[in-house]
Amino acid sequence: MAKGDPGAAARSRRAAPRSKRAAAAGEPELVQLLTPEGERIESALGPDGTEYRVDFTDEEYRGLYRDLVLVRKLDAEATALQRQGELGLWASLLGQEAAQVGSGRALRPQDMAFPTYREHGVLYCRGIDPIMPLGLFRGVDQGGWDPNEFKFNMYTIVIGAQTLHATGYAMGVAMDGKTGGDDGEAVIAYFGDGATSQGDVNESFVWASVFNAPLVFFCQNNQYAISEPLERQTRVPLYRRAGGFGFPGVRVDGNDVLASYAVTRHALDNARHGQGPSLIEAYTYRMGAHTTSDDPTRYRIASEVEAWQAKDPIARMKAFLTKQQIVDESFFAEVDEQARAESVHLRERVLAMPDPEPVTMFDHVYPNGSPELDEQRTQFSKYLESFEGSAH
Amino acid sequence: MATETLTLGKALNTGLRKALENDPKVVIMGEDVGKLGGVFRITDGLQKDFGDQRVIDTPLAESGIIGTAVGLAIRGFRPVCEIQFDGFVYPAYDQIVSQVAKMHYRSQGKVRIPMVIRIPYGGGIGAVEHHSESPEAYFAHTAGLKVVTCANPQDGYTMIQQAIASDDPIVFLEPKRRYWEKGPVELDGPLVDAYPLHSSRIARPGTDATVLAYGPMVRTALDAATAAAEDGRELEVIDLRSLSPLDLTAAYESVRRTGRCVVVHEAPGNLGLGSEIAARITEECFYSLESPVLRVTGFDTPYPAARVEEEYLPDLDRVLDAVDRTFGW
Repeated sequence: MAKGDPGAAARSRRAAPRSKRAAAAGEPELVQLLTPEGERIESALGPDGTEYRVDFTDEEYRGLYRDLVLVRKLDAEATALQRQGELGLWASLLGQEAAQVGSGRALRPQDMAFPTYREHGVLYCRGIDPIMPLGLFRGVDQGGWDPNEFKFNMYTIVIGAQTLHATGYAMGVAMDGKTGGDDGEAVIAYFGDGATSQGDVNESFVWASVFNAPLVFFCQNNQYAISEPLERQTRVPLYRRAGGFGFPGVRVDGNDVLASYAVTRHALDNARHGQGPSLIEAYTYRMGAHTTSDDPTRYRIASEVEAWQAKDPIARMKAFLTKQQIVDESFFAEVDEQARAESVHLRERVLAMPDPEPVTMFDHVYPNGSPELDEQRTQFSKYLESFEGSAH
Repeated sequence: MATETLTLGKALNTGLRKALENDPKVVIMGEDVGKLGGVFRITDGLQKDFGDQRVIDTPLAESGIIGTAVGLAIRGFRPVCEIQFDGFVYPAYDQIVSQVAKMHYRSQGKVRIPMVIRIPYGGGIGAVEHHSESPEAYFAHTAGLKVVTCANPQDGYTMIQQAIASDDPIVFLEPKRRYWEKGPVELDGPLVDAYPLHSSRIARPGTDATVLAYGPMVRTALDAATAAAEDGRELEVIDLRSLSPLDLTAAYESVRRTGRCVVVHEAPGNLGLGSEIAARITEECFYSLESPVLRVTGFDTPYPAARVEEEYLPDLDRVLDAVDRTFGW
């Protein structure tokens, strides 16, 4: 989406504005600015009375829609590549596009993100080539980008470990004196509902709180940790955990890209201004499997998935854009075509990824090297060379 | 050149102070390292002089100490983490083994974690359980970590500065029962001219048998060599200093001369450093050996109650007994 301050471009021809408190009967208390039917809510109140709103230009609305469609299409392409044997594994973000695009677009250029292994949408919003994580899932490398170049840490597979890295990084931001103004730096740590049971996540809550770290904890509650439902991780809404650690928590409709953007931008700005950490629980649903190795039909029923299908993040944005006449039909076709072209381009490049040379496994174990490893590499190279010219 | 007589503890403290002075990116973090100066006073006075942004009292969470230090390192800091006692490093084991050790590898060299993890280790101080362990093999077994240990005040002073200056993640093991032993420390020499960090050193030359030791056992081995000399037997004692990578160059050369080798450590023998060292010496010095390489180690029990630890720990007599056995083979 286009850069610029969305607050500067208030829209007046939107549907009748209304304001809504976070709690609705029978529904979880959550901040929502766009209903599943595509109705715009002018502003919403968080549990602490914070009023959340966005004022995007038409171009920015279209940009958000484009992001959502593109990350879903690229994700689907990666799933297909795994099914065809071109990737060893894929962790799909299907259903979580709004939480990722909303929070990802809320980041300012100087902000730093610490992802899990599913934040392909955030990665896309950071301007990173979507080919980069595919080396990991194809098995030709183990990640391998420079976190400081892209302001986006490497994927972390050990559940919750990255929340401590984010906390330490955020402590470093404060130690560097980079908080306290609009140009301050903020950090965002992504994790899931299952991770909230990890010691590292709870330790990071303690640390971020007592050091007043400029950090946003962004929990995508997609309702399942592989097969285990939320009830196996918690008996209270996750966002309320923040209170016990001494910082604010808010639950947002994670299928609403506008609300996800609004709460994340607010929390990041608080952090960059030196007001410390906060927790966002993005209430969403993993529409697909945990990874391509998983079979969700063993632990959840079809009607549940169908109920969430009706809350789809892209469908509601499409309905909104159509109703508000922000786009015409050719726009959707054009976005679909761009998504198709980018996914084809991605596929071609995945297929062209070479396998690494075996001796490269010895590379980069230590910055300063190791004589023991040098010796092993030499011996192994000689061993490999002994096969040259033979039938092997 | 200023040479002072310092305890190992004070030498480490002086080395840490120098590292803080020399590089503003160095931060010390751990439990009670600030106002208290650490339970062994190794960081005594540092927070007072460098402030609580450089010497950080942390919450009581070891995984948190190492995990946040990873983030600080990504940010460009050089964290020096203190784990209060050997037996308390295990809550941080996941962060050390899965994160600290692998960041450089996973990032294909783009991320460096120039972290030092200081751990007072080993027994001999009459402590309660979990305060006397020797966990070096866990870390030496992990690719991506380097492991060193100092045995005397000079090495404490120099090696801690070298470890902090290194871009490799280093587990720095401090023999806690030797903290109060004194020795001369040359304070002024430039670090670049110092004896290399990952190198072993002959602590006492000898001709009849080779004794390999590290950390707290170097003193024990030297005492054994003194006693053996009274019986007319000259032991060569080598202080290994670096446990990963191991530098066995001097050991190979020594064993080729003596034909006999005893490896000493406090940690249990089963799959301990001594096993690896014995295997390598056998491979490299097979035709020079007059007897198998023998190990003198702690037993394969949990670290025992303090009133029997003197029996658990290798001592002068057990070292000499093993040397005798190499001659009786």
